[in-house]
Amino acid sequence: MSTTEKAPARQAPPEGSIKAKKRPGDLAFSGSSLGAGIIILIVLAATAVFLVVQSIPAIAGDADTNPILGGENFWSYALPFLFGTLWSALLALAIASPIAIGIALFISHYAPRRLAAVLGYIIDLLAAVPSVVFGLWGALFFSGFLQPFFATLTDTIGTWPILNLFFSGPVSATGRTVLTAALVLSVMILPIMTAICREVFLQTPKLHEEAALALGATRWEMIRMAVLPFARGGMVSGAMLGLGRALGETMAVTMVLSGSPIVAFQLLQSGNPQSIAANIALHFPEAFDTGVNTLIATGLILFIVTFAVNAVARWIVNRRAEFSGAN
Amino acid sequence: MKLTRLSGIAALGAVAALTLAGCAANEDTTPASSSAPEGSSSEAPAGGATGTIGATGASSQAAAQAALVATFQGKNPGVTVNYESTGSGAGRDNFLAGASDFIGSDRAYHVEELSAGFKGCATDSIVEVPTYISPVAVAFNLPGIDTLNMDAATIAGIFAGEITQWNDEAIASQNEGVELPDSAITPVNRSDASGTTETFVSYLSATAGDVWTYEVGDEWPIDGTERAQGTQGIAQVLGSSEGTIGYLDASQIPADAGQVAVGVDGEYVPYSAEAASKLIENSPLEEGREPQDLVFAVDPASASDGAYPIALVSYLISCTEYEDATKAQLVKDYFTFVASAEGQEISAAEAGSAPISDALREQVSAAIDAIVTE
Repeated sequence: MSTTEKAPARQAPPEGSIKAKKRPGDLAFSGSSLGAGIIILIVLAATAVFLVVQSIPAIAGDADTNPILGGENFWSYALPFLFGTLWSALLALAIASPIAIGIALFISHYAPRRLAAVLGYIIDLLAAVPSVVFGLWGALFFSGFLQPFFATLTDTIGTWPILNLFFSGPVSATGRTVLTAALVLSVMILPIMTAICREVFLQTPKLHEEAALALGATRWEMIRMAVLPFARGGMVSGAMLGLGRALGETMAVTMVLSGSPIVAFQLLQSGNPQSIAANIALHFPEAFDTGVNTLIATGLILFIVTFAVNAVARWIVNRRAEFSGAN
Repeated sequence: MKLTRLSGIAALGAVAALTLAGCAANEDTTPASSSAPEGSSSEAPAGGATGTIGATGASSQAAAQAALVATFQGKNPGVTVNYESTGSGAGRDNFLAGASDFIGSDRAYHVEELSAGFKGCATDSIVEVPTYISPVAVAFNLPGIDTLNMDAATIAGIFAGEITQWNDEAIASQNEGVELPDSAITPVNRSDASGTTETFVSYLSATAGDVWTYEVGDEWPIDGTERAQGTQGIAQVLGSSEGTIGYLDASQIPADAGQVAVGVDGEYVPYSAEAASKLIENSPLEEGREPQDLVFAVDPASASDGAYPIALVSYLISCTEYEDATKAQLVKDYFTFVASAEGQEISAAEAGSAPISDALREQVSAAIDAIVTE
């Protein structure tokens, strides 16, 4: 995004000073690409302004007349949803990260070339599945499929110390728990994380790898010594982009999760924390008056969180830009 | 290459233009229909059926209204009816502000709200008719059991989480001879804001106030329960997960789920369209209203005589007198169609509502006739 905007601007002055011939095509292209860059900024600014303006009546207004808050403080209304958003997204990230890195390593360093190409293609295909399809799959099949496993989990490790903070019963009869939602989310964020990790792994300098092998390293030792340190920035940014997607995911969570406005760490019970995006989707159709503003204000919180996550990802990538090449 | 680039930009422009045009067309229709009393409709011959009327309101009626509008417009080619599902609260605000010609609402205006003045009406008098009755059934998933008897206190106890086992004495005592399993009950409620929830909760609150002490609203009042999105979500859970019990539009009960016969006045009434319609019929009219303001004081607690006590009653609301007689005629024609036997059949087939009885239709028709078209 930022490169399309910078490139023509950087090259323009020297061209002007030596009076190079300008063809209409040059002008049109530099103009339209500059315009495209500006449009992104305008859209982002417009969204932010809209969110802030619409949020004010909910945050600053009278909570007693607000049909959704009903006298409750806005922040105490929004907090459980913020927790639910972060909780489900972090769970998804924790599940997806090792799998994504594993798949990417397999494709870049282990698989035969033909298999790697096919596998890479299939992973990309996964990214093209609409989230509503994942939602249907999660709600109609996956949750019911997982329920017996959940029941076993609560009976076994759910009774152990420490683990019972996350896995104790009573188990949900439907399996539509935050763990199911996180599993569905992790499938959804796998493609982007795998794609980025794969690209970064492939960019490991061949000389590093060969040097490691020449020193007697096995393939795993070579990956540990040469590939992973080199790719750290790229892996983090991939994870952050995945996290960003999981934070904002609406349809799948809405359809799969049995969520309430609560703060709870239990993974297998009927009561689960609801995410901001799903809460908006569920309550917008019947919202009116300042209730709409309240929902938009929670949207603003989500906007800020997602923005921060992406900014951190960018920052990490830029810090190691000379190595990673993932930007 | 230049050609491809240009054509790409052209295509982008075309898409943008189409999108914007689409928006514009959408935005045009609603205000034009609602805020232009004269204009296209003024050309209509007196009493003739051409023009546009705009409505907003209850999402509960949306499916029924869509089907009704389609049939009505098929019969009257010159007429356009726009029913936009905005939720009842927004609909009532729109009607007060004169932005909608008529509205659908899950509750009538309170008597004290009537004096606020309706900007779209020539007078302060309005017509409110109950044309959409949507019964809410309580269904459960227990293999081999098709029906269970439960009184209001039992249902409230289950949904409040006080009765947690299927073979609890409270359930067993009302169902002698039924072999109830020794398993946990999972009550399922809606995760979205819904008139169905409000109907069900107000039933519990009215009939089992000592067990059900929560506030009445369109949100489920207890946190940490099993939830599902929309009627379809509830139906899916009830159809697939053993030991669940939930409430949903009566027409959407999954085939393999069992149904609760609700205890009313000592007897157990299973859901049926007639029994639901009876609930309205047996209710007294609210006092202090004009005759065309046909609002029933439905009280599930005093349901009797085989009436099924859990039903959402949704109203159509219009002015008694409009500035524009053509518009009045259109609204009157449409209301008459909705209340007709045919209209009620369409609504039952498409949205699973309970058709209003003939006795109720007579009252409704009389109220609709009060709309002034001269």
